[in-house]
Amino acid sequence: MIGGAALCLMLLNGRVMGMSGILSGLVSGGSDRAWRLAFVIGVVAGPLILVAFTQTSIVRQAVTSGPLFYVAAFLVGLGTAVGSGCTSGHGICGLSRLSVRSLVAVLAFMASAVVTVALLRFLG
Amino acid sequence: MLAIVAALGAGVLFGAGLGVAGMLNPAKVVGFLDIFGAWDPSLGFVMAGGILINAIGHYFVMKRGRPLFETSFSLPSLTSIDRPLVLGSIIFGIGWGLAGLCPGPVVASLLLSPLDMLPFLAALLAGSFLGRWLRAGA
Repeated sequence: MIGGAALCLMLLNGRVMGMSGILSGLVSGGSDRAWRLAFVIGVVAGPLILVAFTQTSIVRQAVTSGPLFYVAAFLVGLGTAVGSGCTSGHGICGLSRLSVRSLVAVLAFMASAVVTVALLRFLG
Repeated sequence: MLAIVAALGAGVLFGAGLGVAGMLNPAKVVGFLDIFGAWDPSLGFVMAGGILINAIGHYFVMKRGRPLFETSFSLPSLTSIDRPLVLGSIIFGIGWGLAGLCPGPVVASLLLSPLDMLPFLAALLAGSFLGRWLRAGA
């Protein structure tokens, strides 16, 4: 479904489905905000529609709380802006386009995420 | 107008897909990243499947020459491997590992759990503003 969504956006609108880029384009202004807003509304609605249709709940267990939770959010925003992409943009779309730049980005964020989780495990 | 409806539909598919995959559960995402502990590789198959479907489709979409509802494809033009790409991605990975949340699932969870996701999104956007400001200055 995720691959299908990315494919739809490219086939129909010619756009890369990267959540961080779509979000930052939406809040920073510009001429093409309408489709970005429509996409974001769809992403927010998607899980609600899923829950309504399947009559099941979506399991969510938080792993952090307190200040660290917001530090994490800030780092995700900062890193995706500086590195021009996230899991959807570099991971799903970039790798599908055989982009070497995205492969380097994916290896970098996968490695740092794995190391972060490992450190938390050994320290905490 | 058609392009707006298409974006909405793609968004619904993406949001629902993240829900089906288990990407909206931070504990599951961290389990996928925890390869030195209680590793849960299942999300790897989700990502690999998504990439495979998209990669095969992408090949045929590009052969068309133009998208259906717009005049041309808007593809990233940068191909260089530079410091911002690597450093930014490393910073993003630290945040992803800490909370088990990347931008797609944050947006998809907004109404499922607004009390923690709205402030998370606010902090994420603050980081994103700083990032764009740094890039503009570099």
